[in-house]
Amino acid sequence: MAMQVERVVEEAREAFESGGTRSYFWRRSQLRALKDLILESEIAICDALMLDLGKHRVEAFRDEVGLLTKSVDHALENLKKWMKPEKVSVPLVSFPSTGEVVPEPLGVILIIASWNFPIGLSLEPLIGAISAGNSAVLKPSELAPASSKFLATSLPKYLDNKAVKVLEGGPLIGQQLLDQKWDKIFFTGSTRVGRIVMTAAAKHLTPVCLELGGKCPAIVDSLGGSRDIKVAINRIAGAKWGFCSGQACIAIDYLLVEEKYAPFLVDLLKEKIKKCYMRPGHLTRIVNKKQFERLREILEDPLVAATVVHGGSLDQENMFIEPTILMNPPLDSEVMTEEIFGPLLPIITLKKIADSIEFLKRRPKPLAIYAFTKDGQLKKRIVEETSSGSVTFNDAVVQFVVESLPFGGTGLSGFGKYHGKFSFAEFSHGKAVLKRSFLIEISLRYPPWSEAKLQFIRYFYTLNYIGMLLVLLGLHRYTST
Amino acid sequence: MGEDGKLPGVGENAGDVVSGLRERFGSGKTRSYEWRAAQLKGIIRMIDEKEEDIVAALKEDLSKPKLEAFVHEISLARSSCVLALKELKRWMKPEKVSSMLTSFPSSAEIVSDPLGVVLIISAWNYPFLLAIDPVIGAIAAGNAVALKPSEISPSTSALFATILPNYVDSSCIKVVEGSVPETTALLEQKWDKILYTGNAKVGRLIMTAAAKHLTPVVLELGGKCPLVVDTDIDLNVTAKRIAVGKWGSNNGQACVAPDYIITASSFAPKLVDALKNSIEKFYGENPMESEDLSRVVNSNHFARLGRLLDDEKIHGKIIHGGERDEKLLKIAPTLLLDVPDDSLIMQEEIFGPLLPIITVDNVEECFDVINSKPKPLGAYLFTRNKKLEEKFVKTVSAGGILINDTIMHFANPKLPFGGVGESGIGSYHGKFTFDTFSHKKAVLHRSFVGEVSARYPPYTARKQKFLRALLTGNIVGLILAIFGWPRS
Repeated sequence: MAMQVERVVEEAREAFESGGTRSYFWRRSQLRALKDLILESEIAICDALMLDLGKHRVEAFRDEVGLLTKSVDHALENLKKWMKPEKVSVPLVSFPSTGEVVPEPLGVILIIASWNFPIGLSLEPLIGAISAGNSAVLKPSELAPASSKFLATSLPKYLDNKAVKVLEGGPLIGQQLLDQKWDKIFFTGSTRVGRIVMTAAAKHLTPVCLELGGKCPAIVDSLGGSRDIKVAINRIAGAKWGFCSGQACIAIDYLLVEEKYAPFLVDLLKEKIKKCYMRPGHLTRIVNKKQFERLREILEDPLVAATVVHGGSLDQENMFIEPTILMNPPLDSEVMTEEIFGPLLPIITLKKIADSIEFLKRRPKPLAIYAFTKDGQLKKRIVEETSSGSVTFNDAVVQFVVESLPFGGTGLSGFGKYHGKFSFAEFSHGKAVLKRSFLIEISLRYPPWSEAKLQFIRYFYTLNYIGMLLVLLGLHRYTST
Repeated sequence: MGEDGKLPGVGENAGDVVSGLRERFGSGKTRSYEWRAAQLKGIIRMIDEKEEDIVAALKEDLSKPKLEAFVHEISLARSSCVLALKELKRWMKPEKVSSMLTSFPSSAEIVSDPLGVVLIISAWNYPFLLAIDPVIGAIAAGNAVALKPSEISPSTSALFATILPNYVDSSCIKVVEGSVPETTALLEQKWDKILYTGNAKVGRLIMTAAAKHLTPVVLELGGKCPLVVDTDIDLNVTAKRIAVGKWGSNNGQACVAPDYIITASSFAPKLVDALKNSIEKFYGENPMESEDLSRVVNSNHFARLGRLLDDEKIHGKIIHGGERDEKLLKIAPTLLLDVPDDSLIMQEEIFGPLLPIITVDNVEECFDVINSKPKPLGAYLFTRNKKLEEKFVKTVSAGGILINDTIMHFANPKLPFGGVGESGIGSYHGKFTFDTFSHKKAVLHRSFVGEVSARYPPYTARKQKFLRALLTGNIVGLILAIFGWPRS
């Protein structure tokens, strides 16, 4: 097994070192092939997601097939522009010269994907790695076996299988992969494994991009007009139960609401659940038994169970958990200390909505903060006083779709950013290139040093031209120190 | 470090240093423009008022010539700080970006958030610049900072500990002095970023320690920076620029100093003569007596360089220099010709005044030599041949590339400075330092109008069609889908 891993990595490195992956044409052909793969396999992808997670076809299309198509199109459209060296202005000190930052591929990339969006979170970083001219090895999550299998069988058929490899497997393969030397590791998953990945990377001084999670709160202010609150409820419910049943790193984890507003909100949420998320096939199931048991334990803590105001039923046979609302579960219970990653929605009430700022500042930085409010002052305070991967006002999850925005965490939610040109940058080294000519030589640059040279340079830095001239002409009297 | 774990310079233990800084950061004080600007002004004032003390400390630590101290450390640090102060408002401003159709109507921006409490561990070779430059960026980005100057340059370290608190807000910016035990104690704490300048061995330890807290790191390491000399050059200018980049940069003790030269064997004698000539012009007939050369930092490094020179494998390869004075820790500018690739001097970063020259039949062979070694921090080429230049830029992977000069790219704040592969992770200088110490927070503003029900269940075939059009940017399809038009 270890031999196989080594061979795969070696082949990927050979492919990179042959120089083939650097050309614009290779990158474009791979992106086009990836697009063909996605478009031609729409049904196969949806089937795999149905098997792995019971994901509804529309959800699968919206979050994985459709988004990937959009990303790959965006990369194809912008590739030339991204690859272009960026000219920079050069200061007088090194005149005459030209400076530029040349994006250069890093080499061989390892992508470790997660199971909740098993196709999207595998191929989205791959788009970036290919765009930047790298070779790559992808390890899909073994917890979404149908998707993993799909990737392992179809990627080699469409893409240059010398430079882009898929290795299936669990923690054992993962560990063997981490023992190899990479030029970048891109990891999506938990903080626990994130630490393992970074520790392994340190051995080879490999830079890492860690896409982790955290508890993403949604602050819900008292919204005036009944239309606005309806829209907000749509979006909150969608961002909790409509994305892989809450098993998403940017799903809403819990709500922060003013005490007096909470009962009204709960009623509206209950109504929404009944209308939209109780139909068969419209709610993703829990990925596996282990996760199911984890959620059950969280929910069965007596102090937590006592706070259920809606739902709470579990269907072990089909691995469904009903959309569940909890009102003020204890802040030290697991449901409020760990990332939930499932369809449970705690509501924490506050005296005043502005108290949410302090509440968030005392907790680890989440991947996203959401706030439904029209209060400009509150918005300003959230942006300026709290920290999180991203902030979205009056909506949730959609920030993931905006490719002009970097996607990534901060603090415990990870580091490094991707999507659009940020993916390209993440998988590139910005090489500083400065070109000089042999013309114009200032002998004052060279030893032996003298006070006159020092004085000249001092004037040079302050752009005192007269002073410089005087020194050059030997007319300046400097104070010797 | 005292037995009670108290750190020198601050008189508290590592945990208290961090929690104190975290509390100050949490108060929001460091976020304001006014605070940041005041600190930067304080640093400029410190540089202006303490220039002589800085020069003196560098003299004690490294016998650094005054002009080198001024040009490489003091004025670079000052201009970096002036630039940060001048650009600060612009850097801090959120960057508007276009949001797009799918989440229409909306507006999007990228906000630069301070990371929190950052640790800067600096190196001894440019002990003033490499400490204060990252501090400037960390402050500009609104962070609380702990600086651990190198204990190998004790005078500069002590100077920082004494003077910095007088010029900046010492509740948010702290100097911790110390060596391995103190650094270890600091590394056990949780930081929001660590910037380390030094060697790859310690770099690995830093990153491993950082992994425990998921702390992002910037590692400014070194490596063997190759310098290629073509035959089509201005030899006189080339030799001077090489000499000033090697011996005029802290006597080769610089991470961007040229480590070894590759040139055509037919051209080597000419180059050697020109280099000897430059050395003599710069440092006189007896460079051991020159005031214009830094000394080797300490006896450990002196012994290390001695081992490189005494290596059996390079016996008889020294063609110029080679003099050493253990008492004064001085080594003369030294040229070596045709050293074998498996000699010690070609296996590790030299970081001193020794300059080996490797000869090849054709200068094009330089690519094989360079690519057979780990990626260096810098790579240099002297040529008038545009084709060779283009190939060099394209095929040599290094932190930075400089054509027809040495070191200069370091002084350009518009260029990111940092390594790749073994030469490090992350980059800084100018706005890049600000970015390095910021989190680029995506902020998306949406209104309640423009609700697209297709996003939500129950899912229908029409919704899927709509989404397909929306996500693939197919405007016609989108309009058709809105009106429920059948599509072929």
